[in-house]
Amino acid sequence: MEYLKAEHVSFFYDAAEEGEQAQQVLRDVSMEIGKGEFVALLGHNGSGKSTMAKHFNAMLLPSGGRVYVDKMDTMDENLKYEIRRRVGLVLQNPDNQLVASIVEEDVAFGPENLGVPPAEIRRRVDAALETVGMSEYASHSAHKLSGGQKQRVAIAGIIAMEPDCIVLDEPTAMLDPRGRTEVMETIRRLNREHGITVVLITHYMDEAVQADRVIVMDSGEILLEGAPREVFSHVELLRQHSLDVPQATELLYRLGKAGCTVPEGVLNEEECVAALELLLNE
Amino acid sequence: MIRDITLGQYFPGKSLVHRMDARVKIVLTFVFIIFIFIANNLPAMLLMVGMVLCAMLLSGISVRQYLKSLKAVIIVVALTSVLNLFYGSGDILVQWGFLTIRTGGVINCIFIAVRIISLILFSSVLTFTTSPTDLTDALERIMKPLKVFHVKVHEIAMMMTIALRFVPTLLEETDKIMSAQKARGADMESGGAIQRAKALIPILIPLFVSSFRRAYELAMAMECRCYRGGEGRTKMKSLHMTALDGWAVAISSAACVGVALCVALLPSLF
Amino acid sequence: MVILETKELTYRYGVGTPLEQVAVDNVSISIRRGEFLGVIGHTGSGKSTLIQQLNGLMRPTSGQVLLNGNDIWAEPKKIRAVRFQVGLVFQYPEYQLFEETVFRDICFGPRNMGLSEEEIKERALGAAEFVGLRPELLEKSPFELSGGEKRRAAIAGVVAMDPEVLILDEPAAGLDPQGRDQLLDQIRSYHQKRGNTVLLVSHSMEDIARVADRALVMNRGKAAMLDTVQQVFSRRSELEHMGLRVPQITKIMSLLRAKGYPVSEGALTVDEALRDLLPLLRKRGCVR
Repeated sequence: MEYLKAEHVSFFYDAAEEGEQAQQVLRDVSMEIGKGEFVALLGHNGSGKSTMAKHFNAMLLPSGGRVYVDKMDTMDENLKYEIRRRVGLVLQNPDNQLVASIVEEDVAFGPENLGVPPAEIRRRVDAALETVGMSEYASHSAHKLSGGQKQRVAIAGIIAMEPDCIVLDEPTAMLDPRGRTEVMETIRRLNREHGITVVLITHYMDEAVQADRVIVMDSGEILLEGAPREVFSHVELLRQHSLDVPQATELLYRLGKAGCTVPEGVLNEEECVAALELLLNE
Repeated sequence: MIRDITLGQYFPGKSLVHRMDARVKIVLTFVFIIFIFIANNLPAMLLMVGMVLCAMLLSGISVRQYLKSLKAVIIVVALTSVLNLFYGSGDILVQWGFLTIRTGGVINCIFIAVRIISLILFSSVLTFTTSPTDLTDALERIMKPLKVFHVKVHEIAMMMTIALRFVPTLLEETDKIMSAQKARGADMESGGAIQRAKALIPILIPLFVSSFRRAYELAMAMECRCYRGGEGRTKMKSLHMTALDGWAVAISSAACVGVALCVALLPSLF
Repeated sequence: MVILETKELTYRYGVGTPLEQVAVDNVSISIRRGEFLGVIGHTGSGKSTLIQQLNGLMRPTSGQVLLNGNDIWAEPKKIRAVRFQVGLVFQYPEYQLFEETVFRDICFGPRNMGLSEEEIKERALGAAEFVGLRPELLEKSPFELSGGEKRRAAIAGVVAMDPEVLILDEPAAGLDPQGRDQLLDQIRSYHQKRGNTVLLVSHSMEDIARVADRALVMNRGKAAMLDTVQQVFSRRSELEHMGLRVPQITKIMSLLRAKGYPVSEGALTVDEALRDLLPLLRKRGCVR
């Protein structure tokens, strides 16, 4: 059952100056994302992936086509806040999305806007901080946290609105490896343990590999779509579009081209070593 | 370094002062500040200084932090008190050219210094022990009656929340930009006033640009989190007055009455 | 030949307060003239503090930084001159752009050096070319450029000072794979053409493997390793213990070696791995 649905979506940014061409960012994009699914939108800057993300919570409205959230049309102005409550959007820069100085007060911001009763806000804030593993920082200053911690607080701020789905727009682009791991673990837990639908926008292939399904975007169109194994087996195509491929996949792909019989869609080290052993013992 | 500025900083804690209602704290701070300036003789001033010390002690925050907050304004204190040294009547103590220092001037100088320092300390106790959100919530409540005059009370409070949130972030950013420009050979330490002002341009422009970017992103994040003004909004923490606040008000009132009596009954030093 | 050297370099934050912390702890390293050194370590390892001491932005608590054998703090008044010789590009340098045009912004550094207008112009144009900025971008406002172009413009601003040592802190942070590859290639070719010393700080072991000759690993304020990239990466378990991950290909080859296959330790790229594997497979007849 699909939860998010984009139907032939196209999007133009308004021309800034007269005489300039309106820029087309999305070209006839259609996709469906099921309830409880973990989907990665992969692509480089300017591929339209971030623009697509902002369509899912009605921050942007399609120039052509339609976007539905749980069958609600995002064009319907009356449904705007209901859609935003159900589909939370986490942005790239953790510094610029925290509103209040103290961690728990920031997490409370969303539910406060929704008019949730105080006792219920308290419960949700505590639960959300627990989920992202930041309970012990509840009364800390937000600006003193590390990047990964700030981003987890931002995620907690969205969870406290009790959404069905979280869209994350390059949440790890500004983090160090440790912060990236923290955030990725949190995202996976939300999906597996809390059944939240996750749409992860990223240009890191090692993050996309962790999703159930990968949609590769390029120049405002969908280039490839499928399970990570399937998608990353198109080594040549991804390379042509300057996207990374796991080194394990590339190694086996190139051995395959040299004439070896190798399994397709290997993504991690262990599988790769096993495949190499098989070759070397033949 | 610029990051050392503690003004407006909050130190979480559970002391008596922390647990007081923010509204009560704001009103009392305001009243104390007025009384500092009313106090015009030694007993009255000592009473007020005693109140400052009490408040600091009960806040459970180290004296070092308070001293740090004074450090930022020490020049202002020194300048105003030295200027006051030359005003006032009384016996001439020193005469040097057209400058004369009289006994009244010395008293002026000491009083001004004590007043400004107490003022800073009182406000520090308030900001150190009250979370920015509580502070702005309390102000919003206190200012609520102004809504009758179409004052946008909620918006003002939200602006303050955001300002307090971003002060440390922008200070850190200023530090970073300064280092980056210094690495390109920017000279900020030498030259006359005009040259120094010019040297600020490479710091101020990036800071403005980045503030606009942050504002844009923050606005988007707030919209994503269903912000739509003050209508229909609830608060996680509602402000409650307790017996503690009653005691605080009672003791403070007593002190203020004491100051008023001293002022009325004892001779002024001015 | 050593160009930059530290002797028992130590930096403490908040000296005399209860929050005193050692950021750089007794580091003695030598950086060779003309080498491409990768600096690895996670946040809080002291690498940022270290590089800011190398160009005199931070003054060491104790110990020395020697540039061409001279203590850079011998005459504190001349510290600005050191910053021209050791150029430092901060993380996200595009946030420091401020001039009306890209060209004028690149000129900021050379102008501070007090060069003649002609020389300034020449250096700025040269720097723009080195980082791959198209000439038509130079007269634009820096704020009109794309993210990747802004990054290049900011790097050009430091390159234009023609420093003997160029230090880049996470130059590829936040760029997509395409932007990252282009930028790293550009830096690599700058190093080859100018023959200058380059220090590249990065979290990405893949990036270090691609461009650097030697690598310095910082851990808890100490210089934990300083050796060729190959040697450093062959100490996989030690690195993992510090919370650093070697590239996937290095790990694969290291696992194979541990199982007794005759492949070399410390393969850095897929090409290097193939160089080891193909002959073995050819012997077995499974490669044409």
